[in-house]
Amino acid sequence: MPVLLDLFLTFLKIGAVSFGGGYAMIPMVTEEVVAKGWLTSERVMDFIAVAESTPGPIAINMATFVGATQGGILGALLATLGVVLPAFIIILLVASIIKGLLKYAPVNAFLVGVRPVVMGLIVGTGITLFLTVILGVARIGDGFSFEYKSLIIFGIVAAVSLIYNKLRKKSLSPIIIIVFAALLGMLFYGVIG
Amino acid sequence: MNKLKELFILFLTFFKVGLFTFGGGYAMVAIIEREFVERKKWLSAEEFADVLTIAESTPGPISVNSATYIGYKRRGFFGSVFSTLGLILPSLVIIFCISLFFDEFIELVWVKYAFTGIRAAVVFLILSAGIKLFLKLKKTVYNVAAFIISTLLLVAITLFSWNFPAVFIILIGGAVGIAIWLISTAARKDRNKGGKE
Repeated sequence: MPVLLDLFLTFLKIGAVSFGGGYAMIPMVTEEVVAKGWLTSERVMDFIAVAESTPGPIAINMATFVGATQGGILGALLATLGVVLPAFIIILLVASIIKGLLKYAPVNAFLVGVRPVVMGLIVGTGITLFLTVILGVARIGDGFSFEYKSLIIFGIVAAVSLIYNKLRKKSLSPIIIIVFAALLGMLFYGVIG
Repeated sequence: MNKLKELFILFLTFFKVGLFTFGGGYAMVAIIEREFVERKKWLSAEEFADVLTIAESTPGPISVNSATYIGYKRRGFFGSVFSTLGLILPSLVIIFCISLFFDEFIELVWVKYAFTGIRAAVVFLILSAGIKLFLKLKKTVYNVAAFIISTLLLVAITLFSWNFPAVFIILIGGAVGIAIWLISTAARKDRNKGGKE
């Protein structure tokens, strides 16, 4: 199979079966890409670190990267199109029927039940990241590698945005927070050392 | 004219989401919440939670699902095309450039330092996005209990590396929602019957 078609179909498959967003996709991409001999698993791990710290959805970043290394710009485009297409089509179908669906009381009851859960999952993700990224706990039993500088940066960011919130009665833009934190990172790890 | 302008706004806003989403998944929730719920008021907090539910329970990246859905809801098919294009364009360009200089890029220490700072901020953004959405929700017993239980459950799943996909927690929430609805309608029917007698 020509590599461009292979890229498109591989990522189409990954896009169609991965529930639960980007992180759920990582093991699948790794498996496929290594099995096809496109990249070594070390290479994939290196890139995941970059994909997590560059902007954009992780799944899109991985598709673009694998596509670009195997098929240049066309490969990047086709792999990305492949990974996006299933989600795009499924959501179009769901969105075009959802208005009618919401009229049904059971569907509405389902959504009422799910809403607080989704919010809990977001906060749970935040707490998990706080434990892993800042306190350095990977999982129970693995011990700590406490990042006190990250905790300081977290504290400064939290304090600044909460104070801004109180004073201005609106929230600080996440974009400003991210740029500010990047500068803090350079200050604490680079300038101070 | 207004139509074109809204398509452009959708494209631009999701371009911004794509450009400033670090860490994927829920990280973009903070930006979408601010842009569409808080500022433009195109969605209520409940509607946004529904978008996330749909995004979580269908395959594909959550941000692509959200972009397609919000775009469609606002401006139909073209709305979803413009939103999704806006979302993936920054990734395409940035990652393509990085792929050309991957080895050199990963060695740049200042890039590493900046990203360490960004990661700490992303944690804060995700936490505050979830809490903000919850504060806007009605504080019924079910809402508060389900929020706390699912938060703790997710943390436990990660810490103890249980193999329990998040989508199941969502399905359980939906099932409980339907159960409560069935019980309360049955109870209401009962009461009505009692009243007549």
